[in-house]
Amino acid sequence: MQSLLLLGDEAIAQAALDAGMSGMYAYPGTPSTEIMEYVQSAAQAAEGNVHREWSANEKTAMEAALGMSYAGKRAMVAMKHVGLNVAADAFINSSVTGVNGGLVVVAADDPSMHSSQNEQDSRFYGKFAMVPQFEPRNQQEAYDMIFDAFELSEKLRLPVLFRITTRLAHSRASVTRQAVRKQNENSLPYNTRQFVLLPAIARKQYKALTVLFETLPSEPLISRWNRLRKGTDRSVGILTCGIAQNYLMENIADDQERYTVLSVAAYPLDRGLVSELVSSCEKVLVLEEGYPLIEEQLRGLLDRDVRVLGRLDGTVPRDGELNPSIVASALGMKTAMGKEVPSMVKQRPPSFCKGCGHADLYSALAEVMKEIGPGRVFSDIGCYTLGALPPYNMVNSCVDMGASVTMAVGAADAGLFPAVAVIGDSTFTHSGMTGLLDAVIKDSPVTVLISDNSTTGMTGGQKSQAADRIESICLGLGVSREHLRVIVPLKKNHEENVNVIREELMYHGLSVILARRECIQTATRDKKAESAKKTDNR
Amino acid sequence: MKCDIILAGVGGQGILSIAATIGLAAVEKNLFLKQSEVHGMSQRGGDVQSHFRLSDSEIHSDLIPYGKADLIISVEPMEALRYLPWLSPEGGLVTSSVPFVNIPDYPEKEDIMKEIGKVHNSVVIDADSIAKQLGSSRSGNMVILGAASSFIALPFESLENAVRQLFRRKGEEVVDLNLKALRAGREAAAR
Ligand SMILES: Cc1ncc(C[n+]2csc(CCOP(=O)(O)OP(=O)(O)O)c2C)c(N)n1
Repeated sequence: MQSLLLLGDEAIAQAALDAGMSGMYAYPGTPSTEIMEYVQSAAQAAEGNVHREWSANEKTAMEAALGMSYAGKRAMVAMKHVGLNVAADAFINSSVTGVNGGLVVVAADDPSMHSSQNEQDSRFYGKFAMVPQFEPRNQQEAYDMIFDAFELSEKLRLPVLFRITTRLAHSRASVTRQAVRKQNENSLPYNTRQFVLLPAIARKQYKALTVLFETLPSEPLISRWNRLRKGTDRSVGILTCGIAQNYLMENIADDQERYTVLSVAAYPLDRGLVSELVSSCEKVLVLEEGYPLIEEQLRGLLDRDVRVLGRLDGTVPRDGELNPSIVASALGMKTAMGKEVPSMVKQRPPSFCKGCGHADLYSALAEVMKEIGPGRVFSDIGCYTLGALPPYNMVNSCVDMGASVTMAVGAADAGLFPAVAVIGDSTFTHSGMTGLLDAVIKDSPVTVLISDNSTTGMTGGQKSQAADRIESICLGLGVSREHLRVIVPLKKNHEENVNVIREELMYHGLSVILARRECIQTATRDKKAESAKKTDNR
Repeated sequence: MKCDIILAGVGGQGILSIAATIGLAAVEKNLFLKQSEVHGMSQRGGDVQSHFRLSDSEIHSDLIPYGKADLIISVEPMEALRYLPWLSPEGGLVTSSVPFVNIPDYPEKEDIMKEIGKVHNSVVIDADSIAKQLGSSRSGNMVILGAASSFIALPFESLENAVRQLFRRKGEEVVDLNLKALRAGREAAAR
């Protein structure tokens, strides 16, 4: 079979294509973005006519995938961890409806917050929804487990949660492919009332789900991924989840026979296996990437039957990503350390690109805010959040996608005037426009600045659902024509833009300023692609 | 055999093409490899690094443990220093001497050079001028890789083949420029 050098994300994408997926649904978000990008660029996806358009947000992605599953075909949804919050309503209910075609939900967590606002652990969602979960240890397993995930999903008629973290998502290794499976034909669900979650139906299905959930640990497609190996040393048993196993092996590979290790990569966990580990060792060290989920379960509320070491007692740091050195210390091994970082080495935070329109917009806004005072700029998530850093120091909030608009509305409700929201085009269509409707209905004295660079910049320039639609969306929602202003954030327009911003900020009602200038990164990329095409045609 | 490398630079400087080149060469030699990359936030002018691990036996961790890296390859001098905690006492450091100044408190270049000099196996080269002399100012990366090549447990021909493979789609001219850059870097480091 063919071997490829793939990122964890790419291994998942390739596996889904090979496992007969008919539809890939996603909204970009680090570290999950490359899954969809790989599918979009794969010839195999085009040949198989696999759906591969971006969705407006994670919830619409999740629901569309559920719809594809309803119609009998295999679908995959991918998102970053916080995206699962957005998709949660659909996701949690999808375990009660069950599925028809296989449905795999990939959640990419970001411990240590390399590119995120929190480090929430998606495994809680799997437990919450009562679905099977996979957490691959390496790129090859990520590939192979996707086959099992689809198979299990169709066998149990349940969605499956597939949890990865940044390190696996963005690390490359060799992956060997399996034989390609055909896509499913269309088919209706075996029970056409299955998706109708009226209380009478939902109660019945939910009860069945609770029964099914108890049987999952002994399901072979789950249990085959969890293994207990007993060693000669019984003082400490080690339980690893997902990639924590690699950091353990990095330290004990030469002396493996000594250690008793339960290596977990699929959930829910089998009680028998855990009990065997616990009863054969004096203490158990839990190594898991993310929250101390399994550790808490082992300790229980009373925390007295098992001696547990992990994140909760300080053996492992309470937060942040694991690494081989942390695991070595947890094992009581000596760790090496190179020289300290010399104090002259300074932080180098990310910054606006040269020629970025967001920067010129903030320059104009800064001038007006100097006249008005601090503490009134609610922002959102995207490249424009960098306005929080010097020299601008302009941004007073960045919470979740869309919160700029609604937080400004709430602050205005409390009497803060003027209140300003700054939001990007993709974030606006993701979750900003519903909040804008609230503002329209109340005619909130808020100014919403939409910094439209015609792309989803922060995640690498994916197509924005907002493209050329923002004006008509705003007007359609009921923003008044008079207070929908369009500006071009360029240095040469600075004076003019300052005046427009000042006028609208002083207006006691809802106004929207659309600052439109293409992202310098995508503009350069498109120009390059264009000239490459021309040379090819010659 | 194992060779653990930290690649360092600033977002947008293209350390990933160095990684891709070593990766292709390693595949040609049938070696195990793991390469952890940085995507997302810090690509916007922030510091970026990649852990690159090569071995003739199975590699477990995607991350290199502290104090165990055999080599730091950096396309920016201050960034080279950021990863000293990973470098083993016997490890080497190869860096470009050209600062990328996008922060107000960037240190004095002499101070950086003094600090780099304390690493006993260090090579500092002006990759940008070498690349410019060759008429391809954008091949600074390949100059640095060339300078680091004697530290990497791979035959130089494999790196050359990898460059051919990586840039093939961009035409013969680009391949030649990058090969020249790779060789010039190797020569500069040998001097
Ligand atoms: C719920 C959720 N989904 C996805 C992300 C990842 N994300 C952060 S910024 C961003 C892009 C924002 O694009 P846009 O609003 O157009 O601003 P730009 O970066 O282009 O300035 C995305 C997708 C997130 N943080 N939260």
